[in-house]
Amino acid sequence: MANQANGEVLLEISGIHKRFGGLHALSDVALSINKGEIYGLIGPNGAGKTTLFNVLTGLYQPDEGKFTFKGIDLFRKKPNVVVESGIARTFQNIRLFHNMTALENVMVGRHVRTRANVLGAVFRDPKTRAEEAGIHERAQSLLDYVGIRKHGGEFAKNLSYGDQRRLEIARALATDPQLLALDEPAAGMNPKETDDLKKLMEKIRNDGVTILLIEHDVKLMMGLCDRIAVLDYGKKIAEGVPEEVKNNPRVIEAYLGASPD
Amino acid sequence: MDIFIQQLINGLVVGSIYALIALGYTMVYGILQLINFAHGEIVMMGAMITISAVSILSGSGVNLPGPLLVVAGLLVSIPITMLLGFTIERVAYRPLRKAPRLAPLITAIGISIVLQQVAVLIWKNNPRSFPDLLPHASHDFMGAVITDLQILIVVLALVVMGGLLIMVEKTKLGRAMRAVSMNQSVASLMGVNINYVISMTFVIGSALGAVAGVMVGANYGLAYPTMGFMIGLKAFTAAVLGGIGNLAGAVAGGLLLGIIESVGAGYLGPITGGVLGSHYQDIFAFMVLILVLVFRPSGLLGERVAERA
Repeated sequence: MANQANGEVLLEISGIHKRFGGLHALSDVALSINKGEIYGLIGPNGAGKTTLFNVLTGLYQPDEGKFTFKGIDLFRKKPNVVVESGIARTFQNIRLFHNMTALENVMVGRHVRTRANVLGAVFRDPKTRAEEAGIHERAQSLLDYVGIRKHGGEFAKNLSYGDQRRLEIARALATDPQLLALDEPAAGMNPKETDDLKKLMEKIRNDGVTILLIEHDVKLMMGLCDRIAVLDYGKKIAEGVPEEVKNNPRVIEAYLGASPD
Repeated sequence: MDIFIQQLINGLVVGSIYALIALGYTMVYGILQLINFAHGEIVMMGAMITISAVSILSGSGVNLPGPLLVVAGLLVSIPITMLLGFTIERVAYRPLRKAPRLAPLITAIGISIVLQQVAVLIWKNNPRSFPDLLPHASHDFMGAVITDLQILIVVLALVVMGGLLIMVEKTKLGRAMRAVSMNQSVASLMGVNINYVISMTFVIGSALGAVAGVMVGANYGLAYPTMGFMIGLKAFTAAVLGGIGNLAGAVAGGLLLGIIESVGAGYLGPITGGVLGSHYQDIFAFMVLILVLVFRPSGLLGERVAERA
């Protein structure tokens, strides 16, 4: 699968530090993600995976380091700037707009790519209405893409768990990302749902979107990712193709504890 | 004359004004969980600026029919109140967005006092009569009297409120507002500019407030620099009654409060044998506030109260 990545660097961070008071949540983290690959991020609970996600999407401002995406400097930029340059994400604990319909959730995702402002909202000029129709159509097709079109009119809070996960992905895709960051998308899914999700992620990648993935399901990660990085105590302890990482003694130690000798 | 129907009509008129003002409170609360106590002063500014603009216009020999003169006055006062609302948020609330919730409440009260005193400096602390420019022919309605002005106020309020609801439900800005009220950080990840949405919320709420202020002035025939306090408190009560943060609730709460107050005031004299007259009508609003806070703090249409305790 690594052959699908053409080696062009999409996202690059180096020397990233993030501290919360006395806690050094990320320490000198560096990684680079190539265009077109599925890049996995694993590590024990509390290793800093989600913190890194928050840094990469602008929710947390890193203390030091470098962060570029497509060559654009995104160090300490706000979330709406990060998403505008092409990074979108989902959340470990689903964060939909619960009292909006599934369709409206995806329509909010189009926000970053549309122009209409308050004057358009007041005067409803033809241009604004055309844009609104385009948003509507695009949102419908994204619901279709992730396979929940028939639930478009339901409130997000009433969707099944698996469908909420899919809706989050559709909403993220609505921002036209080049990099889609998925934080434990398979958490709480049964094997059938996990398998469907895997197919969806492969479809998304084949349609040209690079994927950064946090997941605990090791079997899923090994079968899906082109490369995997391992975090432990806020440091990157390994990186490579799945086979290398699986056999790396430091990774085994981080997950299982040190061997007796 | 049927006193019940009459008080119902009066209540509907006052209630639709309360509803317009309550929308301003509830929109801001929905997004920031903040009670913008300066909103009553925005209403006052809307009324006072309109009166001044109208008197300057007619003094300088502009010869327009009465209603158009009022519209011209509104065209002056609405942009100014919008700018005021925008500025208040920037100066008094935005720097405190991450502060404990008591802090912006205090700056809200501070801004409210500042605006009131500025108004006293400009207009002196005297009531100004609202110029007699709008039609007020009386009509018979089921044994009661309804005037053109009253019909105008109710219809205009309904149109403005309907427009707001459509804006919130159907447009991109409205969707952004709802998204921000549900989850700010996720909305920002969708490219929603949070600060812009918050500013627009204040701007739109202030425009509604200015319209309501002119309605208050026209309805009672006068306006004064300290009027914002009581009208703001009543509209706040209406917003709480309907469920603060809920737009439909603000409308329902406003209309209901207006009717309770008017009908109550109409019967207060006869019931108490003349001890309390109708000028005690304010007690109804605050009785309602206390009862709602005791028995249904989430309001008629509100939800989620415990989660932010």
